[in-house]
Amino acid sequence: MSIFVDNNTRLVVQGITGRDGSFHTAQMLKYGTKVVAGVTPGRGGQEVEGVPVFNSVSEAVKKTGANTSVIFVPAKFAPDAIYESTDAGIKLIVCISEGIPAIEMVKVVAYLKDKDCRLVGPNSPGVVSPDDTKVGILPGHIFRKGNVGVVSRSGTLTYEIVDHITRAGLGQSTCLGIGGDPVIGTKFIECLELFAKDRDTEAVVIVGEIGGRDEQDTAAYIKKHFSKPVFGFIAGKTAPPGKRMGHAGAIIAGTAGTAAEKIKAFEDNGIKVGETPADVARLLKEHIK
Amino acid sequence: MKVHEYQAKEIFKKFGILTPKEKMCRSVEEVTAAAKEIGIPCVIKAQVMVGGRGKAGGIKLAKDEKEVKQHASNILSMEIKGIPVKKVLVSEAVDIESEAYLGIIVDRTEKKAVVMACKEGGVEIEEIARQRPEAIYKVYADALMGLMPHKAREIGLFLYEDPKMAFECASTTTKLYKLFVDLDSSLAEINPLVVDKSGRLIALDAKINFDDNGLFRHPDIEAIRDRESEDENELTAREQDLSYVRLTGNIGCVVNGAGLAMATMDLVKHFGGEPANFLDIGGSSSPEKVMNALRILLKDKNVKVIFFNIFGGITRCDDVAKGILEAKKTLNIQQPIVTRLTGTNEEKAIEMLREAGLIFAKTMDEGAQKSIELLK
Repeated sequence: MSIFVDNNTRLVVQGITGRDGSFHTAQMLKYGTKVVAGVTPGRGGQEVEGVPVFNSVSEAVKKTGANTSVIFVPAKFAPDAIYESTDAGIKLIVCISEGIPAIEMVKVVAYLKDKDCRLVGPNSPGVVSPDDTKVGILPGHIFRKGNVGVVSRSGTLTYEIVDHITRAGLGQSTCLGIGGDPVIGTKFIECLELFAKDRDTEAVVIVGEIGGRDEQDTAAYIKKHFSKPVFGFIAGKTAPPGKRMGHAGAIIAGTAGTAAEKIKAFEDNGIKVGETPADVARLLKEHIK
Repeated sequence: MKVHEYQAKEIFKKFGILTPKEKMCRSVEEVTAAAKEIGIPCVIKAQVMVGGRGKAGGIKLAKDEKEVKQHASNILSMEIKGIPVKKVLVSEAVDIESEAYLGIIVDRTEKKAVVMACKEGGVEIEEIARQRPEAIYKVYADALMGLMPHKAREIGLFLYEDPKMAFECASTTTKLYKLFVDLDSSLAEINPLVVDKSGRLIALDAKINFDDNGLFRHPDIEAIRDRESEDENELTAREQDLSYVRLTGNIGCVVNGAGLAMATMDLVKHFGGEPANFLDIGGSSSPEKVMNALRILLKDKNVKVIFFNIFGGITRCDDVAKGILEAKKTLNIQQPIVTRLTGTNEEKAIEMLREAGLIFAKTMDEGAQKSIELLK
């Protein structure tokens, strides 16, 4: 088992004819993902990597039974791409696009609120259930099937930590990046709710960073409601206040949202925090013998 | 993106929010002329984009012409937190009856815009939020309906007992919300919002931060960016689709991905070194991007060692290697370069770099440690 994506995932790629869309379609197919359709308005009838392209998501859903979408379109068009998938009955949307204004995302999450549709991202590297399905841009070769759930606000830092976990002889049930933006569709807690029910997940790694209070809220939630062991890492201990550190959401506002505050929240709630990325795998290995 | 107080107030005016009679000036002569026009006594305020201007002596009341000149010349020659003051705002001296705080941000937890009000003005809102959260009154805007009139009235009625003033404040709140949404702000703040002795509700100070992700649809905002008061390298980086923040150490870090870039800085510090910067070269990085990154990095004369930490996914290690080789050839790099390249096309990259006189590391721990050793 796993969360979010598995062998029932039938994927439609929004923006499949673009540079990133076509490249990662090939990569996902190679990984074994059932990429059943692509969408680029005006390019219906073409094929990319043998995948049929449609003019709209609803057409793709009707003709191929797609239930999951991944979005590669530019930020300017990404909110509408999300609305389009939602309206077409897609159940899981993974938005890779980076740079959507926060005010737009406020509208997007409000629109999705009462719909039977989950959004991961934006600015997410994707979701992978190793040896099964990969949706997004994560490099497939670093993952190994196993029992550690990994959820992160970052991309390459996730790969770094996953690589350590894999090299330590452990594997992952599902690994996902929830996105580095301030307003995102799915937060840590919602992932934990699913990891709690997933029989294949024995432990969870949370990779957080400066900005906001999602890690603090998550730490409190874990203490109350989550019984599997959780390990953490927080990036940005040396980040200065008031500066955006790459991710739109990675900014210390005044004195709020620092790494120290988050590490303390984790430790106060019984979550072991790795000092370095390598440390996280070491802590896990000590726990899972 | 940040703007100065005088720029924020010009935007306030466009949205119908009352501000004091004011003029931005660049010299003592301009200040003297402006003071005559606005009236003395007046207030002279340093225009720098950092907090704590008042404490640093950057805001002064001038009671006569002599003081106008004196304060203007003092403030225009001072530095606040290392930033030279090049502009001042000459402002009407307002007779303050009461002060309050009014601000709007996006609440990341609720995923909505939130209006915050506090009966104390001139406060640091994050501090109040931590120490006395009950002193802050919050009202959430509906994402699709906006800030409804009764919600704006709630704010007005919280801040002011006098119904007339409460309604006036509700109207200001509505205008501030419109500004916040229309301009893709990440913060719109009136601190303090004052009532003067004649019963006017005035934005005595103004702060607007803009969401960088929204700037593409506001060229008029991008056009007022004060390039002089931003770090030149950070600006260049942004224009080249790189993300750079200068720090004070001597180990220059070049990394792909924001999270890994932060973790790399932290790791350097963890092993006892000092990172010189945050630098994210992004996802699909071409050799050209690596060159640009190194050009920016080398402008920082504190950099004594360069540490490349690349986890190849979409980023191909051979692209990075190509960029390093090109840079070595054309940029006359004197500093030793430590490279940790792993992932996509790693072997090819290391083969390419074999003869280039670089220091190789297998892990980021090893890379950070080798970088630090080189400084000894």
